[in-house]
Amino acid sequence: MREYWELFITFARIGGFTFGGGYAMLPILQRDVVETKHWATEEELMDYYAIGQCTPGIIAVNTATFVGSKRKGFLGGLIATLGMVAPSLVVISIIAAFINNFSEIVWVQHALAGIRVCVCVLVFDAVLKLAKKSLVDAATYIIFGAMILASLFTNVQTFVWVIVAGIAGVAIKSLMEKAKPKKASSDADNDRQGGEK
Amino acid sequence: MILLRLYWEFFKTGLFSIGGGLATLPFLYEMQARTGWFTVNDVANMVAVSESTPGPMGINMATYVGFTIAGIPGAIIAVLGEVAPAIFIIYIIGKILQKFKENKYIQYAMYGLRAASAGLIFVAGLQVAKIAFLRTDLYNQTHSIASLFNPLAIVLGIAVAVIYKLTNKHPIIYILASGVVGVLLSL
Repeated sequence: MREYWELFITFARIGGFTFGGGYAMLPILQRDVVETKHWATEEELMDYYAIGQCTPGIIAVNTATFVGSKRKGFLGGLIATLGMVAPSLVVISIIAAFINNFSEIVWVQHALAGIRVCVCVLVFDAVLKLAKKSLVDAATYIIFGAMILASLFTNVQTFVWVIVAGIAGVAIKSLMEKAKPKKASSDADNDRQGGEK
Repeated sequence: MILLRLYWEFFKTGLFSIGGGLATLPFLYEMQARTGWFTVNDVANMVAVSESTPGPMGINMATYVGFTIAGIPGAIIAVLGEVAPAIFIIYIIGKILQKFKENKYIQYAMYGLRAASAGLIFVAGLQVAKIAFLRTDLYNQTHSIASLFNPLAIVLGIAVAVIYKLTNKHPIIYILASGVVGVLLSL
């Protein structure tokens, strides 16, 4: 029971302080879920994020479901997700009920401008941490760079590029694996390939 | 009855929108045109509020629409509809992932996906940086490079980076503090 409560509270806190999209919650996720609670590794977080891009639903919610269900099965996923959405339900309902033109209030705009600066710095810090784990060789640097260029300069939907990156990963790794034993037994390998042709 | 329809509308949105909050926007416009539950102006207002409040944008918008149509029960039902498909789909994918974690090809795919993830988050960071540090509207009027950069924001950014590196407290603390500084400086 305590663990369910902990899932709910942790994700409620993440939902309550995420300003912006799924990426904006990454610094808090790293801190709470990876470093403090050890519910997932940095690598798993990357996987969830990538998979969340190409599956239906909101990335923040998908990540909460992933972490929750890994911890405590289906119910865990459900509770983590409910935690994630709880602050939105409360805050937005209050604003919708009582405050007209909330986003035009001057101090709200100033506060948001400050928060945006902070989120931006934190997100780049998070990327640096992630890059250390996920950019391990030349090929991954190329995928990283290609992904940035593709999402900045093409109009193709992001999830298509994510799938391409996954396929590229399989292709590159398979080729690397093929290339390795070749060095050890290159003669035998060349013979066989020659024979096949 | 309206609650049932609300649930179904957001269930569809949750099922077919891929790639985060803004991806639900076309579905909201379509819902607006078909049901007439709210106006096009409402949608613009919802986006503005969703962007300026905490929480995932898609959830904020579902709450807003649901509340506008049927009060608090509406808000809850819309959000539940929105997240229901993802909970089942992600649960199943998570199971499959755990089962085939050791599989060579899954690991190879992840090798590519993680690099792509880092790239995507970097781009998201760039997009926030553009709004946070640059004044593109002012630049479009004056066309002078000096007016493009927001000096206060840049100073705050450097300060946050340095203090974060030195003190390394929970990210929420810096987010709240920056909000306060933003108000004080009229950023």
